[in-house]
Amino acid sequence: MFTETPFIRTKRRSELVVKTVLGLMASAMVLPLVAIIAYLIVQAWPLLSLDFLLSNPTHGMRKGGVWSALLGTLYLVTTSLLIAAPIGVLAAVYLNEYAKKNLFTRIVNLAVVNLAGVPSIVHALFGLGAFVLFAGIGRSILAASLTLAIMTLPVIIASTKEALSSVPMSFREACWNVGASRWQTIRGVVLPNSISGILTGVILQVSRTAGETAPVMFTGAVFFKKIEEGNLLGYSLSDQCMALSMHLFTITTQVTDAPHALPYATAVVLLGSVLLVNATAILLRVRLRARKRW
Amino acid sequence: MGERAVKLPAESMATNRARTGGRSDGARRRAWEGPLERGIEALIRLCGVSAILFVFAIFFFVVREGAGILFSGFDFVEFLFSSDWYPTSLGNVRYGVFALIVGTFSVTVLAMLIAVPFGLGGAIFISEFTSPRVRETLKIVIELLAAIPSVVWGFIGLSLMNPLIQQVFHVPIGLNVLNGALLLALMSVPIMVSIGEDALKAVPDSYREAALAMGATRWQAVHRVLLPAAKNGLLAAVLLGVGRAVGETMAVLMATGHAVNIPTSPFDPVRTLTATIAAELGEASVGSPHYQVLFVIGILLFTITFVVNLTADLIVKGRGRD
Repeated sequence: MFTETPFIRTKRRSELVVKTVLGLMASAMVLPLVAIIAYLIVQAWPLLSLDFLLSNPTHGMRKGGVWSALLGTLYLVTTSLLIAAPIGVLAAVYLNEYAKKNLFTRIVNLAVVNLAGVPSIVHALFGLGAFVLFAGIGRSILAASLTLAIMTLPVIIASTKEALSSVPMSFREACWNVGASRWQTIRGVVLPNSISGILTGVILQVSRTAGETAPVMFTGAVFFKKIEEGNLLGYSLSDQCMALSMHLFTITTQVTDAPHALPYATAVVLLGSVLLVNATAILLRVRLRARKRW
Repeated sequence: MGERAVKLPAESMATNRARTGGRSDGARRRAWEGPLERGIEALIRLCGVSAILFVFAIFFFVVREGAGILFSGFDFVEFLFSSDWYPTSLGNVRYGVFALIVGTFSVTVLAMLIAVPFGLGGAIFISEFTSPRVRETLKIVIELLAAIPSVVWGFIGLSLMNPLIQQVFHVPIGLNVLNGALLLALMSVPIMVSIGEDALKAVPDSYREAALAMGATRWQAVHRVLLPAAKNGLLAAVLLGVGRAVGETMAVLMATGHAVNIPTSPFDPVRTLTATIAAELGEASVGSPHYQVLFVIGILLFTITFVVNLTADLIVKGRGRD
């Protein structure tokens, strides 16, 4: 029978201590997530209803719902997605399929990393200087969406690149060897095999865009705008709009005597939509992994 | 990652291209396909380099808006080293951002003191100490934590942390360095965990096996073998967390108390560089000196985050050489 020497016992004990400490550190991340979501929902409970989503803010944003802000966010997200998705996916195709392994490619990759690292408020300054003033678009959904698109481009590039590089090289080689050109290979083999991964990246871009506040504050979002309730075409691209994120900022810092539950309900709507979008991406990824054929 | 192993080096890709000539001579092709394909490939290349264009465009347009004051005898010494920030004073306008720089750094440093142990500890736990099932769950939690918008964090700071800090530490105001730092820590831990875990995963399994075969416990293997081997990647993870914390706007705008002040304790309110731009840009009229100074602060922020990201990149890429 194996008996523990004191040396082994100390080793085993210290191992247990370390594992517990590290485990507690890791689970320290679970606690805030659960606590925050629960706290917000409990505080917002009296106001949460479908009606809150579908009615405009009234009485100087002290009553009513979030409809015009919700629709504004939807417009910003959709427009910036339409701009960022094609550019981002094609950029990732370039980096993964065309770029040679040289200094220039390294610089392009570095630029992507840096673009992701530029503070959101600097993106706001850029959007204001370039789109609103220089290009003369003015403060509008279009200008704000362009700013958001450039800001979230790295999200799409990074995840698309990962999706493309997970397609085995042998797939491409097989395609080349039957005489297909590089673009035919990409279109016929590489993209179809990585479409779920690309979609995940696009979804993550949506979630990121929906939550951003600083970049839209000076490029197209306004404190208050009334639009027709229930009409999905309530804004046009050259309009200024409300945004959920900005709305939350406004009612917590500028409107002093709002009812207690109102900012919480707005936060729940914002956080809820963002987490819902992220959950979709996670589910998509899990399904994709289960179905993977190679 | 099994699929990574399949990927061949770029050289063999090139020979393959050479073999097929990059196009199909044998296959029947419609006349318009050649030009169309060249057009698409040109578009792909253009999008590929777009990131570089955008980074330059950001720098160019931010400098362009700030140029008026920047190139007409701008007092850099006063700008960087004076803490007199009176941009709207009637008699004596002064633009000294020293207190704002100190504000940014105090919040960032305190946030990192909290976040680095948790971030790296979490990365080590997820990568080395847990079962696949727990690992996947924790990674999902981290992803969701990273997805919480900064304005929601700011709201948490105002509504939840503010009274909490008041009660726990018996201080009159809960909107201070500590509040902002706690929020920033929660925001940058997910980045550190995911990049730190990548760095640990990049250490070959043979290192682990060798250490365990010598009779080391898992912690000894981590402490003596994996951490030194993944040192650069972990440092990069910390740096990217720092970059995130320096650039964060909405959370610190709402949670740090918004007073231009050089803090002497974690319970003092401060104001950061980012929060100043966000709070004052709306009031400054376009083209005025105040407006231009805010863009100069933008240049400063761009430069700081650029240097931090560049350093992180050089450290990670440097790993490949040794």
